[in-house]
Amino acid sequence: MSDVVEKTLTALPSLLSLDSQPGAGKLSSTSKLGQFIRNITELTSKHEEEKLIKKELAVIKDQVSSPYTTMRQMRELMVRSMYCEMLGYEASFAYIHAIKLAQQGTVLEKRAGYLAVSLFLNENHELLLLLVNTVLKDLQSTNIIEVCMALTVVSQIFPKDMIPAVLPLVEEKLSHPKEIIRRKAVLALYKFYLIAPNQVQHIHGKFRKALCDKDPGVMTSSLHIYLQMIQESPDSYKDLVGSFVTILRQVVGGKLPLDFNYHSIPAPWLQMQLLRILSLLGREDQSTSETMYDVLNESLRRAEMNHNITYAILYECVKAIYTIHPKAELLEKAAKCIGNFVLSPKINLKYLGLKALTYVVQHDASLALQHQMTIIECLDHSDLLIKRETLELLFRITNAQNVTVIVERILSFLRLCNDDYTIIDLVGKVAELAEKYAPDNEWFIQTMTVVFSLGGDLMPPDIPSSFLRLLAEGSQSEVDDRQLKVYAVNSYLSVLNDDCSHLPQRFLQVISWVLGEYSYLREGLDQEEVILLLKKLLDQRGVSAETRSWVLSALTKLCRGSGRAELALAVAESLSSTLDTVLRQQGHELRHLIQDGSLHARVLPQPAPANSLEVDSSLSFLDGFVSDALAAGAAPYKPPHQRQEELGQQRAPTLEPYALSLPMSLSSCTVTDRQSPSVLSMSSGLSANSTEPSQRAGVATLMLEGVKRVWGKEGYLPQRDTSETPATVEEPSDVVQSSHQQVVIDISQPEPEPEPPQLDKKQQLASSLFVGLGSQNSACLLGKTEATVPRFRRKPHLNDASSSGTSERSSDSSHSSHSTADSFLYGGLLEEEPATPIQSSRHAPQPIAASGSCEARQHGLTVNGVDENRGGAVVCAKEEKRAHPTQLIESDMVRVRPNALAEGAVVPPQNCSRHLPSTSSCGSDSEVLKLPFELQNLPHSDIISLISDSHLCISCCRVFREDALLIVLFLSNSTEMVLCDVALELSCEELQMGSLRGNVMESMAGRTSSVCHYTVFMERPHTHVPFTGTVSYQTQPGHKHTLHFSGKLTTADFIRPLVLSTEEYGKLWLSFSHDVKQNLRLLTDAGDPLIATLNVLKDCLQLHIVDIIGSEGIVACRLLDGAPCLMHCRVHGASLAVWLRSSLSSFPDCLLYHCQRALQEH
Amino acid sequence: MMRFLLLFSRQGKLRLQKWFLPLPEREKKKIIRDMVAMVLARKPRTCNFLHWRDLKIVYKRYASLYFCCGLEEQDNELLALEVLHRYVELLDKYFGNVCELDIIFNFEKAYFILDEFLMGGEIQETSKLSISKSIEASDMLQETMEEYMSKPAF
Repeated sequence: MSDVVEKTLTALPSLLSLDSQPGAGKLSSTSKLGQFIRNITELTSKHEEEKLIKKELAVIKDQVSSPYTTMRQMRELMVRSMYCEMLGYEASFAYIHAIKLAQQGTVLEKRAGYLAVSLFLNENHELLLLLVNTVLKDLQSTNIIEVCMALTVVSQIFPKDMIPAVLPLVEEKLSHPKEIIRRKAVLALYKFYLIAPNQVQHIHGKFRKALCDKDPGVMTSSLHIYLQMIQESPDSYKDLVGSFVTILRQVVGGKLPLDFNYHSIPAPWLQMQLLRILSLLGREDQSTSETMYDVLNESLRRAEMNHNITYAILYECVKAIYTIHPKAELLEKAAKCIGNFVLSPKINLKYLGLKALTYVVQHDASLALQHQMTIIECLDHSDLLIKRETLELLFRITNAQNVTVIVERILSFLRLCNDDYTIIDLVGKVAELAEKYAPDNEWFIQTMTVVFSLGGDLMPPDIPSSFLRLLAEGSQSEVDDRQLKVYAVNSYLSVLNDDCSHLPQRFLQVISWVLGEYSYLREGLDQEEVILLLKKLLDQRGVSAETRSWVLSALTKLCRGSGRAELALAVAESLSSTLDTVLRQQGHELRHLIQDGSLHARVLPQPAPANSLEVDSSLSFLDGFVSDALAAGAAPYKPPHQRQEELGQQRAPTLEPYALSLPMSLSSCTVTDRQSPSVLSMSSGLSANSTEPSQRAGVATLMLEGVKRVWGKEGYLPQRDTSETPATVEEPSDVVQSSHQQVVIDISQPEPEPEPPQLDKKQQLASSLFVGLGSQNSACLLGKTEATVPRFRRKPHLNDASSSGTSERSSDSSHSSHSTADSFLYGGLLEEEPATPIQSSRHAPQPIAASGSCEARQHGLTVNGVDENRGGAVVCAKEEKRAHPTQLIESDMVRVRPNALAEGAVVPPQNCSRHLPSTSSCGSDSEVLKLPFELQNLPHSDIISLISDSHLCISCCRVFREDALLIVLFLSNSTEMVLCDVALELSCEELQMGSLRGNVMESMAGRTSSVCHYTVFMERPHTHVPFTGTVSYQTQPGHKHTLHFSGKLTTADFIRPLVLSTEEYGKLWLSFSHDVKQNLRLLTDAGDPLIATLNVLKDCLQLHIVDIIGSEGIVACRLLDGAPCLMHCRVHGASLAVWLRSSLSSFPDCLLYHCQRALQEH
Repeated sequence: MMRFLLLFSRQGKLRLQKWFLPLPEREKKKIIRDMVAMVLARKPRTCNFLHWRDLKIVYKRYASLYFCCGLEEQDNELLALEVLHRYVELLDKYFGNVCELDIIFNFEKAYFILDEFLMGGEIQETSKLSISKSIEASDMLQETMEEYMSKPAF
């Protein structure tokens, strides 16, 4: 071999000299490339290859710059440099020539030029600018091929900011006579849509034209865009469902030209695209879904050929069927299909079958039962990917009973796995399962130990921090908590006693925190021993500085008492000369604290108070310092994101020196500042020395985390399970139940057991894996509702709004996750179980109910109470003057606020059927309910019926006064009788109640109504505030009736516009320091997106739009007549970046939440 | 949407690369390295799918050449396999009984065919006939007879 190489090398110079002659056209171009390639393939070592290619590149470089090189030779040279680039050698000198070739060559050369450009340059290469003109010229060319090439290159490499240049021409091509051009134009627009959706907004109408194109190819291409758009907002495209269904039916029916067949399947790509679109459109929409049942059925039926492509279609079909509103017959067929997949001997199909099953078990867990043996086989499959997918499936069906087995399986897979991404993913899942279903403390701690040691330092930091928070905050039972903590301490002590040099840093940090915090809980433990262990850890090599600082703060907590103090003192001394300033400082602090016992007790009280910790997240104690500094001429602080953005804008060369150094140094300042004693004092609590600032109970972080949990894994669960009562786990079926206890134990330690026969083992495994999956109730479509109560239920926080996220998280497992909590009065009306309806039914005396029904007939009403009610509300709303929704700057307070959701007015079906007469008569009443005269001119909500029984009907209206919210309650007597001693009480813990009027009446004549109102103030913002109330009355002396009602208020009810000028705004903005940033959705459906979005916010939330300058807007509002909140928005790509500042730290979060809701509902 | 398409030989030599989303050079190199390593390490009788970060990898071997593409979460793996297959069919039709050498020596043609077939990571033209028609049209437009004859005869 080597002599071949040698020969080649010796032959090279002569070859090269041949090449370098100008006009050496005799040697055909391809053969030159061929020779080059052959030379390379003959080489054996990387080194030789490098040498050869360097030489080749030098030659090419020489030639491209020669003025004698013809375009044709240039093309060949480009091909050769492409080859070099593909092998990983840079040929940047050729880039400009590639552009030149695309510019000047004839068609064939142009093609090579464009190809070279698209391979060489990536999106943000500056040379791309030189291409724009060429592309423009070619787009206007009469030669179809040139146009095609231009369109191709546009879709490949054009960045966002170059799109406007070509957009009009590409758009024009949509009506080109040639279908190939139209198709390419549509695809190019699709690409534009992906990178800059707002730039192609105006073309949406033309997309529709493309969808109706007579050429199926063009139509297919337009579906890509539609899929994308429908994904973003399915509701706006419901009108197209009919067309999509028709197209699919035609395709499936074989109406397309044969040319589109692929292995005798008609246009499979088109079919699948349509299936995907339909499933998006039909999700949670029964009427839409109904239109597609037929065609889905037909697709399933037709796709029965034995070919990969039909399986692909089937898979997509099955997914669609399980996504849209369910239909039993189709589900059955789909389940059968999945069965075929899973049982298939073809491994690819098996894989897809598992995936489909994973998707489906969320809806119908019993399907997993049918295939349990296959699943078990897959669990031991030689292909790791299949194994991984099976674990994913098991993860979805985990419940409190099989959790130990499944987690054990996942962990053993993790031990074999070496792919970082998989490890991170699975570790997170195990942590989630452990927290949710842990059978006991011991298991939980053990599992988490394995998680920490396997997950290593790849692990996302939220796993350890949420674990620690769980320990710190504890559950509801004190005893349990203590046991958990003691167990953690015990097991970590034993971990530290073993060799711990291999343990990941994160784990060591967790260990040291737990020991520092809770080792005192364990009786009979000598704290000196703990200190010694920690000290050992401190001295160990390979322990990072971060971990050392965790260990040190643990030591700081432990150093009470004489013997320990000396040990700790020794540590502190040894640190006094360390080079690491942070450690040295901590050592210093440690020494001080040891010497001053009372300070120690104050700073680090023994049982660390979990919640009483008050963190001044706005750092208001520094306000004086800041204002002094500002007065002295310092630049105002800008948060990092703002700096970054400004940096982004300053991309164009500026002549000024960089002004950024100041904020930069400021930020680095604050980093070091964090270690100052003042911070130490506030860090004793839950997240002692977590170095992540985000973990430090920042208000914003908490909120976000809560949201994430709510809408996380379970968030996309079918919303239908609202009707599902939070039932307990179904009893596992027969044999399984009796045996699972022992089986679980057997399986979790299989090694020491004598080997049972193979099959038995599998059976056992099956029964332990699939225990608790309801088998009898196969039709139940509840997703993975958390029927069991999670073991570690977080303690609900009562005292501050920032924790609403956390408490929501703890309760969402039993509620449906889409509880649109802020729909007014939702809590009382839509939930099935609340006490109110039941109670009222108990109190409803039969005969009077009957008379009520007579009444209803006399009123000539339909029996449909629901409609009636809605109608009432609508009429009511119409009577009022409605402010025009598009007015922008002026703020008109006399307006009706429509209810956020129509549901708010819907009476629960249950109630409706039982008390039809009364509800309907109540509906009639609501038409005549009028606000008291003095309130009519104030903005107010619609009047909603809250609750009613056979005598009394209670409705409610919110009136928005400048300084307060008025809750106006209407009591209407729906009978002819006189009701006595009517008393009304309203209570709400979080709000301050002001004056009230008319809440007690001695008697109330038949068919009359009375009004009473409460003034409500909100001092600290809460996202949602529930209120409850009771009405009691007597029909005759001694017969007391009580009605309970409840409802919810939101911050939105308490927001009032704050009218100020731009200058005032600026001053106010600077006076607040803390700000919250978030991206909001930009409404892009009408007109200027910024104005449209702000208008929506203004209408829903009563914000005052101070000013709009270009792509930025400033908005102000306040909480009643109290704390202001300022919002600064800027259009940033497809979203609206907003910064909020307020003197109340939780206000921005609440406001953001409502902004998001408002935009979502819009 | 397909994120990238790679062709590499059994020895791990890259033969063709196509990126449908812009990536920095270093990232591309990393992906190529990872793909080659992962795919070549696969044992026979395993499925044609892999996971890489958040992407789904679908690969298939044709003779000595591996075709490998990266898909997004919602894409269908089986369909991607068919896309690869259709691409091979197209190459086969163009070169006539295609082999790895055809693709090595005429890699730019392979790119042209790919550009006619896929655009922006989506299938552009599903009809085999019209793709080869449009390729040939642009080929024949300028390619002189001389060049045609001097096409290497491997």
